[in-house]
Amino acid sequence: MKNSSRREKIWWAVISVLVLVYALFPVASILATSFKSPSDLTNGSFLPSPGAATTSNYEQILVGDAQDLFLSSLRNSIGISLIATAIAVVLATLCAYAIARLDFPGKKLVLTTALAVSIFPVISIVTPLFNLWRNIGLYDTWLGLIIPYLSLTLPISIWTLAAFFRQIPWELEQAAQVDGATTWQAFRKAIVPLAAPGVFTTAIIAFFIAWNDFVYGISLTSTEAARPVPAALAFFTGASQFESPTGAISAAAIIVTIPIVLLVLLFQRQIVSGLTSGAVKG
Amino acid sequence: MASITLNHLVKKYGDGFPAVNDISIDIADGEFIILVGPSGCGKSTLLRMIVGLEDITDGELLIDGERVNDKAPRDRNLAMVFQNYALYPHLTVYENIAFPLRLAKGKHSEEQVTKLVTEAAATLELTDHLQRKPANLSGGQRQRVAMGRAIVRQADAFLFDEPLSNLDAKLRGQMRSEISQMQRRLGVTSVYVTHDQTEAMTLGDRVAVLKKGELQQIASPRELYEQPVNLFVAGFIGSPSMNFLPATIEDGKLKTVLGDLDIPADKAAKAEGRKVVLVGVRPEFFEDAKLVEESKRPHGSVFSATLTHTEWLGNEQYGYINFNPDPEVRELLNNLARDMDADELRPQIVVTLDAASRIRGGREADIWLDTRKLHLFDPESGENLTRDAEAGAALTEEASQERAEEIATAQEADRANGHGTSAAHGNGADDNSQNGGGKHAAAS
Repeated sequence: MKNSSRREKIWWAVISVLVLVYALFPVASILATSFKSPSDLTNGSFLPSPGAATTSNYEQILVGDAQDLFLSSLRNSIGISLIATAIAVVLATLCAYAIARLDFPGKKLVLTTALAVSIFPVISIVTPLFNLWRNIGLYDTWLGLIIPYLSLTLPISIWTLAAFFRQIPWELEQAAQVDGATTWQAFRKAIVPLAAPGVFTTAIIAFFIAWNDFVYGISLTSTEAARPVPAALAFFTGASQFESPTGAISAAAIIVTIPIVLLVLLFQRQIVSGLTSGAVKG
Repeated sequence: MASITLNHLVKKYGDGFPAVNDISIDIADGEFIILVGPSGCGKSTLLRMIVGLEDITDGELLIDGERVNDKAPRDRNLAMVFQNYALYPHLTVYENIAFPLRLAKGKHSEEQVTKLVTEAAATLELTDHLQRKPANLSGGQRQRVAMGRAIVRQADAFLFDEPLSNLDAKLRGQMRSEISQMQRRLGVTSVYVTHDQTEAMTLGDRVAVLKKGELQQIASPRELYEQPVNLFVAGFIGSPSMNFLPATIEDGKLKTVLGDLDIPADKAAKAEGRKVVLVGVRPEFFEDAKLVEESKRPHGSVFSATLTHTEWLGNEQYGYINFNPDPEVRELLNNLARDMDADELRPQIVVTLDAASRIRGGREADIWLDTRKLHLFDPESGENLTRDAEAGAALTEEASQERAEEIATAQEADRANGHGTSAAHGNGADDNSQNGGGKHAAAS
């Protein structure tokens, strides 16, 4: 018994290490590359040549030539993703609540439409959208990106939150109503606090989707007014046309990864499972 | 404090099925009403209609004479204890109890909230747990928090939806007596839903027995037990339940599977002209013929039977007699069992014997039956042919007087103790009762 469980443990450890290496190797590689100078890029080794490690790539994108291109796109990315996430979460919370609690005609329709939208290939609507946005003046604006991002984030938010709301006992809300709460108060004081972990999880997923988008970002923008980071990376150039901007792109990629890591670390505390235990008979 | 009047209430769901069908009950101020019945009889639905969580399809619901059909739950000023307690898991016990007070914005200052909550917590022995979260409490404590949330505000009535069904047997008994005493002390109108007949019999001033959405009988526990209105009520109330024997009447005598029984002439007269009747006999109407006092003996009739086995319980013993009814009667008994949520009723008679009786299974023995108390039922309609409505009404009237006395005594004792439960005593408007509460606390 003891032997087999030890063997099991070893297996799990091996598998975990393999998965970690598989998942983190590209990140480590990019991190290493971001410290290589342009001439060192082709040294053939994983790490920069000894003594040749440099922060020049970071300087270039934060205070140097690429500053305008990178910082403005970073600002766009943060702003657009945050706004799109906020709108998606608020709308999805209300929508999912209605879906979980109420019986209304067209409930199935809402859910299937949401699913259909989320599986619709982005690339096939980007061209018509490009034309439409140019005609109505949304091309190359924040709003021009927020709206398509909502179409990506809303469906998944509605689905996750609806599942989450279904787990919350309805009695809580009825108890609140009997205790003297209006429907809105019951929702805000009894349901929202319980749904918070679900809402945070959903918010993070929605933020990632908006943050990682490339197709809309590159197709619906043309200047620094709205271009997000993933798209901006494609516009990086080397110091001369004979130098590739690999180092700078790597540095930018690392910086763009930081908010995501931070978000996960911060919200991990909120995603406490079992908050609802004790609401009903335990 | 308020009276509640249900006036021909009907609840129909989308498919037209009436979950609650034409129920009328007058609940007096301070009365403890139990709604009891097998699962699916509509008792919970009825309670939720009173509190406003279910729409009323037809009929009127009056609280203190005012029609509240279209009022939202929060405007009805009722407090409800849910089966699974419905505590807010993100709030501490203190905040859970204070929740209704905080919702009534501006009505209570912070000090008042603290005072009311600590008073309620003291009544329910929750003072030590005020800062804990519901998840860390035991079942009984959670139950008490749910009650605290109800008593902290001056609700017009308390509604309980099977509040004890999630507790173990021992705790259930304890909480049952606590609820009963609290109701008397506060003198607050209460409606209590249960499927447990011990709760129904011990707690209720009056018990309403429901079956398939229809009210069968509403009366004091004693009237239900002694003067049931039909087969269903007779079978549902009492444990072990009433025995039903098919019988024919000839020359004022009952011919049953147990033999011929002499019955009082007035009872025989009521069943006149019917070929077959069902005789309802409670197990305790039987006794070992050897142990019956001479003075009682003429009130009953003796027959001999063979018991299959006996169960000795210390204070009494149960004996079992099997019998083989006609297929028709068997079908009837099975239908009745199904109505009562029980498994197939075995054609078996349960008799209660004195603990000293030496009757044992397998041997033929003489058993005496008190024929004064038995009831005769119409097998088709289930109607009780020998029900004495006047005697029944007298029993219920008695119970209602007892209630008034009990409430008065409990409140008297409470005042004498200077007990701080004034929080829920509110008589009249909220403001008055708060002032009253304040004086109370100052005096104690």
